[in-house]
Amino acid sequence: MAGVGARPLRAMGRQALLLLALCATGAQGLYFHIGETEKRCFIEEIPDETMVIGNYRTQMWDKQKEVFLPSTPGLGMHVEVKDPDGKVVLSRQYGSEGRFTFTSHTPGDHQICLHSNSTRMALFAGGKLRVHLDIQVGEHANNYPEIAAKDKLTELQLRARQLLDQVEQIQKEQDYQRYREERFRLTSESTNQRVLWWSIAQTVILILTGIWQMRHLKSFFEAKKLV
Amino acid sequence: MPRPGSAQLLALLLLVPGPGGASEITFELPDNAKQCFYEDIAQGTKCTLEFQVITGGHYDVDCRLEDPDGKVLYKEMKKQYDSFTFTASKNGTYKFCFSNEFSTFTHKTVYFDFQVGEDPPLFPSENRVSALTQMESACVSIHEALKSVIDYQTHFRLREAQGRSRAEDLNTRVAYWSVGEALILLVVSIGQVFLLKSFFSDKRTTTTRVGS
Repeated sequence: MAGVGARPLRAMGRQALLLLALCATGAQGLYFHIGETEKRCFIEEIPDETMVIGNYRTQMWDKQKEVFLPSTPGLGMHVEVKDPDGKVVLSRQYGSEGRFTFTSHTPGDHQICLHSNSTRMALFAGGKLRVHLDIQVGEHANNYPEIAAKDKLTELQLRARQLLDQVEQIQKEQDYQRYREERFRLTSESTNQRVLWWSIAQTVILILTGIWQMRHLKSFFEAKKLV
Repeated sequence: MPRPGSAQLLALLLLVPGPGGASEITFELPDNAKQCFYEDIAQGTKCTLEFQVITGGHYDVDCRLEDPDGKVLYKEMKKQYDSFTFTASKNGTYKFCFSNEFSTFTHKTVYFDFQVGEDPPLFPSENRVSALTQMESACVSIHEALKSVIDYQTHFRLREAQGRSRAEDLNTRVAYWSVGEALILLVVSIGQVFLLKSFFSDKRTTTTRVGS
């Protein structure tokens, strides 16, 4: 604020760069905080043969400066993906900034778990991590400018390609829907069967215990010469 | 007050709402837990937060959305599903939290979709010089229609997951209850007989004493 000169302009330039940096960091979107040894799991319910791409970036909390450090080398995140049957599809350690990809081979709930296993951080008691996460599923995972460059598509061809991908996604989801509806129907029919058998069994048990009670008491009273 | 230099103007331009995106996440919320998510939003961006509880307990959760100053923009307790649209009034970090603190032992699975601004365009902004041809605008409208189809499909999938979760719950409950009730029935009926027998055993000694 000390009048005209080159210095205030340079300060403003630095400010602009800082704001640019902030925008760039914020551009990754959603973030959340996790503890050092905490594990966070996300569920993606997807049809089969669907590609899922996850991008994440971590920042560590610096206790002395009370800010999140822009990047921390040596910080690792372990990513584990399990398919609906519990089988591990992907289990890998990535750096502080990473990108994981997997394709589902069975339709259903896939569980993506993230946890940091950096033992170095044990020095900072109560430390926490800021994790920026972005998970794209199916056709959202496609990078259209890249596809256009690779296959040399015109604008119209690229748009048509995008529409085709979307329709394919819708089709896969509908197939999955049919499979799930069948499972739901099986569960409901199983419940129906169980209720039916239970009511029959209950009635039978009730009648049998009633008969047993009466016979037992009758013989008891006859023994006591009360009847 | 120094005149805003070109650098500052550039900085201000960067904060103008640009292409945003959407984050769709399904996560598990343990009992007595609260999980918060944050996002940096530029002023003037239209955002939508939509959430739905898929499994667990009474399928409800507390949700709270705060602006950078801590002012509560949206707060609902024990909601099963809701959708909230707002326009960011200031730049900064917006925070939204889901809380399951009212539940003692059921953990919940919550889905949320946080849409910030518009979806990024298919092409970099340099190509937006000429107006769209008829084919291109037809493609754009088909794209929008398909996006809404996918959106409906997602909602349907979530509802179906919720219904299926309830049905599977019911199934296990029926199984346990029927076995439990059968056991209780047996125990009570046998117990009744022996209790009755014990009454008559005591009475015999009193009657003999009275007689003598």
